[in-house]
Amino acid sequence: MMGISIDLTIVWAFIIAFAVFAYVVMDGFDLGIGILFPTIEVGTERNRAMNAIAPVWDGNETWLVMGGGGLLAAFPLAYAILLPATYPLIIAMLLGLVFRGVAFEFRWREDRHRAFWDFAFAGGSLVAALSQGMILGAILQGVTVVDRAYAGSWFDWLTPYTLLTGLGTVAGYALLGSCWLIWKTEGKCQEHAYRMAWKAAFATFALMAAVSLYNVVLRPEYADRWLHPKQIAFAAPIPIITAFLGIWLLRTLKQKREVLPFWIGIGLFAMGMVGVGVTIFPNVIPPSLSIWDAAAPERSQIFMLVGAGITLPLILGYTFWAYWVFRGKAIDQAYH
Amino acid sequence: MFDGLDAIFLARAQFAFTVSFHFIFPAFSIGLASYLAVLEGLWLKTGKERYLDLFHYWIKIFAVAFGMGVVSGIVMSYQFGTNWSVFSDKAGPVIGPLMAYEVLTAFFLEAGFLGVMLFGMEKVGRKLHYFATLMVALGTFISAFWILSVNSWMQTPQGHIIGANGQFLPGESWWPIIFNPSFPYRLIHTGIAAYLTTALAVGGVGAWHLLKGTGGKHARTMFNMAMGMVLVVAPIQIFAGDEHGLNTLEHQPAKVAAMEGHFDAHPDGAPLILFGVPDSEEETVHYAVEIPKLSSLILKHDLDAPLGGLKDYAKEDRPPVGPVFWAFRIMVGLGFGMLALGLWTALARVRGKLYDWKWMHRLAVVMGPSGFVAVIAGWFTTEVGRQPYTVYGLLRTADSASPLDAPALGASLLAFVVVYFTAFAFGTFYILKLMASPPQSHEEPLEREETGPMRVAGITPGPARQGSGPFPAADEIIRGNRSGSTNEGEDK
Ligand code: HDD
Ligand code: HEM
Ligand code: HEM
Repeated sequence: MMGISIDLTIVWAFIIAFAVFAYVVMDGFDLGIGILFPTIEVGTERNRAMNAIAPVWDGNETWLVMGGGGLLAAFPLAYAILLPATYPLIIAMLLGLVFRGVAFEFRWREDRHRAFWDFAFAGGSLVAALSQGMILGAILQGVTVVDRAYAGSWFDWLTPYTLLTGLGTVAGYALLGSCWLIWKTEGKCQEHAYRMAWKAAFATFALMAAVSLYNVVLRPEYADRWLHPKQIAFAAPIPIITAFLGIWLLRTLKQKREVLPFWIGIGLFAMGMVGVGVTIFPNVIPPSLSIWDAAAPERSQIFMLVGAGITLPLILGYTFWAYWVFRGKAIDQAYH
Repeated sequence: MFDGLDAIFLARAQFAFTVSFHFIFPAFSIGLASYLAVLEGLWLKTGKERYLDLFHYWIKIFAVAFGMGVVSGIVMSYQFGTNWSVFSDKAGPVIGPLMAYEVLTAFFLEAGFLGVMLFGMEKVGRKLHYFATLMVALGTFISAFWILSVNSWMQTPQGHIIGANGQFLPGESWWPIIFNPSFPYRLIHTGIAAYLTTALAVGGVGAWHLLKGTGGKHARTMFNMAMGMVLVVAPIQIFAGDEHGLNTLEHQPAKVAAMEGHFDAHPDGAPLILFGVPDSEEETVHYAVEIPKLSSLILKHDLDAPLGGLKDYAKEDRPPVGPVFWAFRIMVGLGFGMLALGLWTALARVRGKLYDWKWMHRLAVVMGPSGFVAVIAGWFTTEVGRQPYTVYGLLRTADSASPLDAPALGASLLAFVVVYFTAFAFGTFYILKLMASPPQSHEEPLEREETGPMRVAGITPGPARQGSGPFPAADEIIRGNRSGSTNEGEDK
């Protein structure tokens, strides 16, 4: 009995982590294109950039609902603590996503308003990305919990550390977005994307390194996680692989490869995710709320696992199909 | 600035505001997705260009409405945690998995096939495209199934046990939780509401173009289909609503007392109050216009049956009477208005004047938005009527809220109001603009609109119409059909 429930809790931790990861990379490139939007030339180039994501953004964003809804279902206590603790960030993210989401449809509806919706698209993407990164930072730096509820104050989430994680996320998304544009566009738009990818890559490396170093001093137990002699053999490969990926990314950008940079970008995010896991596992909310403290009862876990087991493969299947249908380069205007 | 208001009130106001806005769009997209599936199906079956034109016409409106539904829905999935964190902690083990099922079985389905439905007609071939349309329509319905199950469990909770830490935990089986007593009624009533809402909106647009003489055969087809739907469905909805009310009387009698405006118990036959001004302070209804014993007849099918009143409950256990009383009357009044419209069109059909009677068309235009109003009024009845509980009888609203202060909630409420009114006002404006221009023969598909983009191309960007998708043969068929003006003659 006990054995099973522990396993299921870990299984659910991995499913939620997978959903968050899927969200971060898939909506990451959408948001990244939004962040880069102001640098993209008005007219054809912008239309192309938008067309590169229009058919898939909704599916990508659904992983966010999966992450949030999944958290409520599998770890209700974590959901109940985290959302009040990062309240202003959550609201900012949601409002950002409102603007970014409606802009997809609205910008085509009226020429006069296009500049406004382009601005809303870019601003919404930036705010959402920054808030998401800061939420991650706020979790990592720890949350005050008393009696199953958030007990900190309003602005606990606002620290230099969370600003760093926020900016890191913005840079990382911009990197993914530009790599996606490299893949999905050609000509001027693609050249521009190569230049932006180069810049975003350096920004991402710098901020990733800064956050990693900060982590070590953030909480005493984190230093142990990474530097303790018993841990180091396990933890050291993570930065090493990350550095290797970074160098590889720059090479592929120089060689003007079209597809590889995007996948390497995803690899970088995967390493970031593993790093977060090493830092906090088995807590969901440091310093003291473990996944077992927050987990839903076994019956809820089993019930959902049946559904997830059946539907997730199907979802991945038709998601892949949708991407396949819209494979190839995006173009810019009507062909009559 | 918000210190004067209490945090619970602001949390409720924020939840009510965001969810009311959210529900306006699903009410439309559930119905419209099915309507689009019907149009595409008719086109595939009959080959009549008219249906394809209407499909392309309504899908543009659908795209805008659906987009707003999605973004306002994302907000909802986080509102439980931001506003009702104690509720989320306590009820999460029961309602969380149901909402997770909604994501897994509905949201992904809708979102996954949406891109193909909107932009993929020339890429995947007719059959597969129709399949995508059907999946989107199915997704909207499954979504309604789960979320209404959640809401109904909160109204009529059963099948759970209460854990040592105060959490609601699932009992032996999930069936009683999912199929709780009010769920079948709520699912049917809300599902029909979505179809009615859409039919009235489509009919209103059709009538508008009939009046202006702009829509030609397209406007006639729309109006005909929509009014047929209203005629059939409005009476069913009234019947379903009545059954729903009887069920509510069994499980939430205080809510029914508030709907009816009954403060006093009536041991031998309660009157039906048509109008009046309920006054919770004095526990009476001023200026009441009432029909003796009719309420007992409706609710108990017996003129002299006893009915309880609000005074049977302690003051702190009663729902607010005014909003419930009024919202209920608005919904029921509109329901009968819809029935009247349906009957009028039936008469016109019999006389062969469906496309001629101007005053009937004017009424249809006026009734165009009435579904939205009825739907919101219905939700207000349901939700305000279950106060002061979030989980009926078990968890009070006051004990459900997040540990947030009034200023935080007030500031975010203000932000929601500003953002929603800006974004959704534009959206509504764009929808109205699309509706104001009549459907054309050879209506441009979304992905090839003049003003809009050709969103994405296949592997060979150039002339993608020349069968560049994975199913070139099917593309041939589409092109053959689209250029096939041979069908033009048959439908005048
Ligand atoms: C009766 C139907 C109904 C009701 C009562 C609700 N919804 Fe809804 N919702 C839908 C019917 C729907 C829909 C028709 O399925 C939508 C509209 C547009 C869409 O994408 O799906 C949707 C979208 C939608 C989305 C976006 C899904 C996506 O990314 O594609 C979320 C997260 C929610 N809803 C969440 C909620 C929550 C938390 C609700 C309760 C408080 C709620 N909905 C009430
Ligand atoms: C989509 C249509 C819905 C509308 C228009 C709606 C409307 C409302 C309104 C007006 C209130 C405020 C009641 C008051 O303050 O007196 C409310 C509260 C609430 N509703 Fe709904 N509701 C809807 C759907 C749902 C669903 C599907 C759920 C559950 C999943 C839900 C859960 C709640 C909760 C938790 C509250 C807060 C506690 C409360 O005040 O009762 N609502 N809703
Ligand atoms: C005239 C006939 C109608 C009657 C007698 C009726 C009855 C009811 C009752 C009793 C409720 C509250 C149930 C509860 O909370 O327990 C309700 C809710 C509701 N009504 Fe109606 N209704 C009618 C017409 C309509 C129409 C025309 C629409 C929309 C087009 C509509 C949409 C709704 C919705 C969305 C709800 C909230 C969800 C639910 O609880 O089902 N109703 N109705």
